[in-house]
Amino acid sequence: MKNLVLKGVLGASALVLLASAASAGTLDDVKKKGFVQCGVNTGLAGFGAPNDKGEWSGFDVDYCRAVAAAVFGDGTKVKFTPLSAKDRLPALQSGEIDVLIRNTTWTLSRDTQGFDFPGVNYYDGQGFMINAKKLSGINSALQLSGASVCVQAGTTTELNLADYFKANKMEYNPVVFEKLEEVNAAYDAGRCDVYTTDQSGLYAIRLTLSAPDDHVVLPEIISKEPLGPVVRQGDSQWADVIRWTHYALLTAEELGITKANVDELTKSDSPEIKRVLGQEANTKLGTDLGLTNDWVVKIVKAVGNYGELFESNVGAGSKLKIARGINAQWSKGGLQYAMPIR
Amino acid sequence: MASQDITPVGTDSAKASLLNDPKIRGYIYQVVVLVVLVGLVYWVVNNTIANLQRAHLATGFGFLDGRSGFDISSHPFTSYSSDSTYINALYVGFLNTLLVAVVGIITATIIGFIIGVGRLSHNWLIRKLCTVYVEVFRNIPPLLVIFFWYSGVLAVLPQARQSIALPFSTFLNNRGFFFPVPIFGEGAWLAGAAFILAIIGTFFVRRWAYKRQMATGQQFPVLLTGLALIIGLPLLAFALKGFPLTFNRPVLGSFNLSGGSLVGPEFMSLYLALSFYTASFIAEIVRSGIRGVGKGQSEAAHALGLRAGTTTRLVVVPQALRIIIPPLSSQFLNLTKNSSLAVAVGYPDLFAVGGTILNQTGRSIEVVTIFIIVYLSLSVLTSLFMNWFNAKMALVER
Repeated sequence: MKNLVLKGVLGASALVLLASAASAGTLDDVKKKGFVQCGVNTGLAGFGAPNDKGEWSGFDVDYCRAVAAAVFGDGTKVKFTPLSAKDRLPALQSGEIDVLIRNTTWTLSRDTQGFDFPGVNYYDGQGFMINAKKLSGINSALQLSGASVCVQAGTTTELNLADYFKANKMEYNPVVFEKLEEVNAAYDAGRCDVYTTDQSGLYAIRLTLSAPDDHVVLPEIISKEPLGPVVRQGDSQWADVIRWTHYALLTAEELGITKANVDELTKSDSPEIKRVLGQEANTKLGTDLGLTNDWVVKIVKAVGNYGELFESNVGAGSKLKIARGINAQWSKGGLQYAMPIR
Repeated sequence: MASQDITPVGTDSAKASLLNDPKIRGYIYQVVVLVVLVGLVYWVVNNTIANLQRAHLATGFGFLDGRSGFDISSHPFTSYSSDSTYINALYVGFLNTLLVAVVGIITATIIGFIIGVGRLSHNWLIRKLCTVYVEVFRNIPPLLVIFFWYSGVLAVLPQARQSIALPFSTFLNNRGFFFPVPIFGEGAWLAGAAFILAIIGTFFVRRWAYKRQMATGQQFPVLLTGLALIIGLPLLAFALKGFPLTFNRPVLGSFNLSGGSLVGPEFMSLYLALSFYTASFIAEIVRSGIRGVGKGQSEAAHALGLRAGTTTRLVVVPQALRIIIPPLSSQFLNLTKNSSLAVAVGYPDLFAVGGTILNQTGRSIEVVTIFIIVYLSLSVLTSLFMNWFNAKMALVER
């Protein structure tokens, strides 16, 4: 808990004491350091959690690896800092981490409070989960008046929850915890009737409950939650690296470049694949970004393309089994749309 | 070097003595410290402003007037909704901190005194039980004690729909302890007035009884009279007005009990943990205080024919208090500051609410400054009160 108190004041003290932490660009700092310090979730299955071997795994975690691969050509040159919802933004502000990839919602106020959102790696929406066994007969969020609702402190979820119940003239009793684990434990112990967070999170959390099959996610989606990586404002070079790492993953999927065939495709004749993989003569696309020209090759080699990341971490190949839905490529009716790499 | 030793006392020696003069040297040290301090503060402030500008962060406390947008589960003394401002939210948090600190301090002091006196009991079992209590709670980190009570409360108590029904329409489940709220009808003010009157009356009875005992040695049952007054008078007033009192009783709703009022498990666990934890330290302070009173004092009291209980109450405890009060103040301060551990069980104290605001607005410096000011003021106020109390209890030399 000391650690928590420390983190709470860290943002402030760093601003007070650090002489000139962010003077050089983050990209140069990262290159000098030799690794990317990446802020991730403390334990959200499928997005950011240590696996049974103690290694960090998940969709957001693989994004961290992709950034490391883009910068160093090596996906392992990354260190993870697990952060609670409350600590995550101060940690980024203070320079404790280089980039925050921890299912963080892009909002106007965050964007103007000293942060930049280079992209949206997962389009989500807030939902509700209840114990259907205990509360049989409830199949809509509009029946939840009078319920106790478990929610994590300092999230957009907390604000949407207040708005939703107010708009529908319903009463509720918020039970607010700082750490995800604490919310999970309280919900599992029956401290509250309803658990609310992003729907992807609800599916992930359901797996960790003592009786996952008793719990159902209600159909209502009450908010837009565009989740994505966050960097400090005013460092557009570093923001570009993160942004184009995201687009590289999407473009790779679009062009059918996978972890398995990327080496083979470097010899491809297709002008577009050649250009993306940095095989064009005298190309400067990668070096202009502050990286090497084969940066896309290194990203895909390290983690695969966007589709592979999705399927293995949260999609059909995982326990979560979340459908691609609005996270499909734009060409398949989804919202994921990469700007052209050229 | 030797040449300096033999310089004649005169012009040069005055210069040397200036530096060697302890008074002047003292001034020089103070000036140096002051300059360094001012320089440091200047550097910190300047640096902060520069860093804030570099990070493109707005500063100032104006954001506190903004709509908070989040709800707080427990706001016992003030109304609050998501439409309230950030400053309202902080105020709710402050009141919650104050509530748990005040109630905790009172309970911890009572438990601590009982255990501390028990540690000196002649009864082997009581003595050992108290020792075990002190050793157990003193040696566990307070956070663990909070978790113990919280998971204890959640694990042992039943779900809302299987609430344990207790007498007087009270209910107990893992959402808290539910109790009816009295709603006073017309004419209830008379009972309130009677209550206040009874307290004033008791005070005068006590003064009169004390004077009489001093003068004649006869004792008067002040406690019984006082209780009779304080309970009897308001009851009588109520009866006169035909009992204008109804209750808002908790009833089982679709999710939970609705109506009445409740004490949530978050408050309960924090309150119990802080009280029990701090009580173990207070017990040791009380024990050392009592031990610090000379044995001759109680022997003399016995020789005068006072019984053991009376000796403790009239001779030992008043003297022990003088030793107890100063270290007691620091325990009170500890309890107040430890209440910020509330964040672990989701009790919306100042630290928890402030943390949420910090996250929603990104104003870390402002929020942390508010934390510092509030906890500092609370501590200073407690210290001032305890110093006043200490001065009052101190030995008055005649």
